[in-house]
Amino acid sequence: MDAVRLLAIARKEWIQLRRDVRSMVLAFALPVALLLFFGYAITWDVHDIRIAVLDQDASRQSRELVEALEASGYFHVTQRLSGYGDVDARLARGEVRGVLVVPPGFARDLAAGRDAAVQLLVDGGDANTATIAVSYAEAIVAGYSRGVVLQGRRIEIPARAEARVWYNPRLESRWMIVPGLIAVIMSVIAAMLTALTIAREWERGTMEQLAATPVGRLEVVLGKLVPYLGIGLFDVAMATLAGTLVFGVPLRGGILLLGVLSLLFLLGALGLGIFISAALRSQVLAMQVSMVATYLPAILLSGFLFDIAGMPAPLRLVTRIIPARYFVAVTRGIFLKGVGLEVLWPQAVSMIVFAAVGLALATRSFRKEIA
Amino acid sequence: MSDAVEVRDLTRRFGDFVAVDHVTFDVREGEIFGFLGPNGAGKTTTIKMLTGLLAPTSGEGRIAGLDVRRDAARIRRRIGYMSQRFSLYADLTVDENIDLFAGLYGVRGDRLAARRRWVVEMAGLAGRERQLTGELPLGFKQRLALGCAVLHQPPVLFLDEPTSGVDPAARRSFWELINSLSAAGTTVLLSTHYIEEAEYCNRLALMNRGRLVALDTPPRLRALLEEPILEVRVDDAPRAVEALAGAPGVLEASMFGRTVHVLVSDAAGARASIPALLEARGLRVGAIAPVRASLEDVFVALVRRAGGAVEG
Repeated sequence: MDAVRLLAIARKEWIQLRRDVRSMVLAFALPVALLLFFGYAITWDVHDIRIAVLDQDASRQSRELVEALEASGYFHVTQRLSGYGDVDARLARGEVRGVLVVPPGFARDLAAGRDAAVQLLVDGGDANTATIAVSYAEAIVAGYSRGVVLQGRRIEIPARAEARVWYNPRLESRWMIVPGLIAVIMSVIAAMLTALTIAREWERGTMEQLAATPVGRLEVVLGKLVPYLGIGLFDVAMATLAGTLVFGVPLRGGILLLGVLSLLFLLGALGLGIFISAALRSQVLAMQVSMVATYLPAILLSGFLFDIAGMPAPLRLVTRIIPARYFVAVTRGIFLKGVGLEVLWPQAVSMIVFAAVGLALATRSFRKEIA
Repeated sequence: MSDAVEVRDLTRRFGDFVAVDHVTFDVREGEIFGFLGPNGAGKTTTIKMLTGLLAPTSGEGRIAGLDVRRDAARIRRRIGYMSQRFSLYADLTVDENIDLFAGLYGVRGDRLAARRRWVVEMAGLAGRERQLTGELPLGFKQRLALGCAVLHQPPVLFLDEPTSGVDPAARRSFWELINSLSAAGTTVLLSTHYIEEAEYCNRLALMNRGRLVALDTPPRLRALLEEPILEVRVDDAPRAVEALAGAPGVLEASMFGRTVHVLVSDAAGARASIPALLEARGLRVGAIAPVRASLEDVFVALVRRAGGAVEG
């Protein structure tokens, strides 16, 4: 190992990176753009569900009930219907997600202390939204008057469940999504950044020239890693800023720990990219393979979208070799729970193993024999 | 004078294919040593084994006393290498390329400043140090690549077809550089398929199909061919070669540009018999004159004599 040679490679790599528009976009613009895009697009909260109202009672009470729904912010009444005939068509065309039907006699039943039933017809095509919409509506209707029954389900004096949610008391799904998203995006970006670097040298014939100089394999691999490590850490910092400032996610844990663990993660992820690049020797192929190899596992198997504990046993085993899994746990732990190494040490150990494997693969695959 | 490069039975196989087949030679210090042969003759493979880019299948090679198998890392500090493809970084400037190779070869401080001046001046790039290398004309790129390859003043320099693709003027000035490096004591091993370039070498190894066919100075290689050669101008050279092959008194007939070179046992007799023989096939024959054997004639004759065929 010779620091001068390593730095010569690092400097060259940095200059090349600076002059390559594609790499610059990938390195600096894409991570934050992806975070903003997915941060806004992925949400499990349901707002502004468009509904139509068929008010057959046309009383003060029925109007109050509709107002209560609208005031909640979860529902938005976009249409008023005059007969049942319209209901099916509106739902089928997707103009509205649900129709609230207030039958005649609603006010009278309410005044008489009898069960006053209203009906909510919901588009079950999106089962998730439908379930959430029904439960919101139940709560709102119950809040309006205990005597009102939605969909024939009688709501007695609501039993108050004394549930308290920790770490994310308002159950904002964005709080869960953004830290995990930082981990997912960095897995993809890191591998893609280095995927090009060795393949480019093979394609342009510069690898042969490098191989005939005294520079060693490890010097080339580490020299190429240095600028990308810097960029990766910068990206994590930018994503952290965007997450806290734009999405209001709390950062409860230590910034230093986040930095150190990010560094560990990046070492492995960048090494993986170099390995793919050196093994395939084609920029296009390496880019595609690194996308597929990182993107899908990071999204599906990291615990980012689907809880790992809920997966079948064989799949749970597979997640153990998905590096993003550990990084997702780390970012969520540090952002939301404010935990330190006393909790995250298993993740840290896994990431050290991953970094070692990534670097070893990168160095090994970089054969210096040039036919 | 000791030997800068010693090669014994060097062999490289790729599966069943023998790219280099038991090649043995020595190169003296300060010598310009050329490999001449068609594509696929094993020139590049030999150079790659000697520069540590390829491991030999069997045999031995020593560069400045160091074994190519065991001391590859130390050898790389003592050699310069310029590959067939132009292989500096096109997206770095002239200065940045020099800086990179200075870092890789451990050239720094005052020595780097002096070497940088030398390279820039030698390559004719004064005032263009901040230009991207990719924007330079090919001749300049190649001189810069040579400059970067000898930045650390290596005792042995390997050049794999260094002048392919450049115009004759640029090739001539490139050769002046090679000559001055050699005069300063650098041992130069290069491969080429330009016959006229081979004439500039002190000694020449003729290679074909992985084998060393002959090894000597260009004049002595030419002298190997005792029989006279006739140059025949004819309207259809390929058909003439076909017609002459195996004709009485003809030892060898081969294309030479648009003419045919015929190796004969008796010049006077052949000059009389060849026109009739060709005209009988409907070919129109121009002048027939004896010529000095070129290295290509020697090459073709030696390969045929060894029972092989010339490829490429």
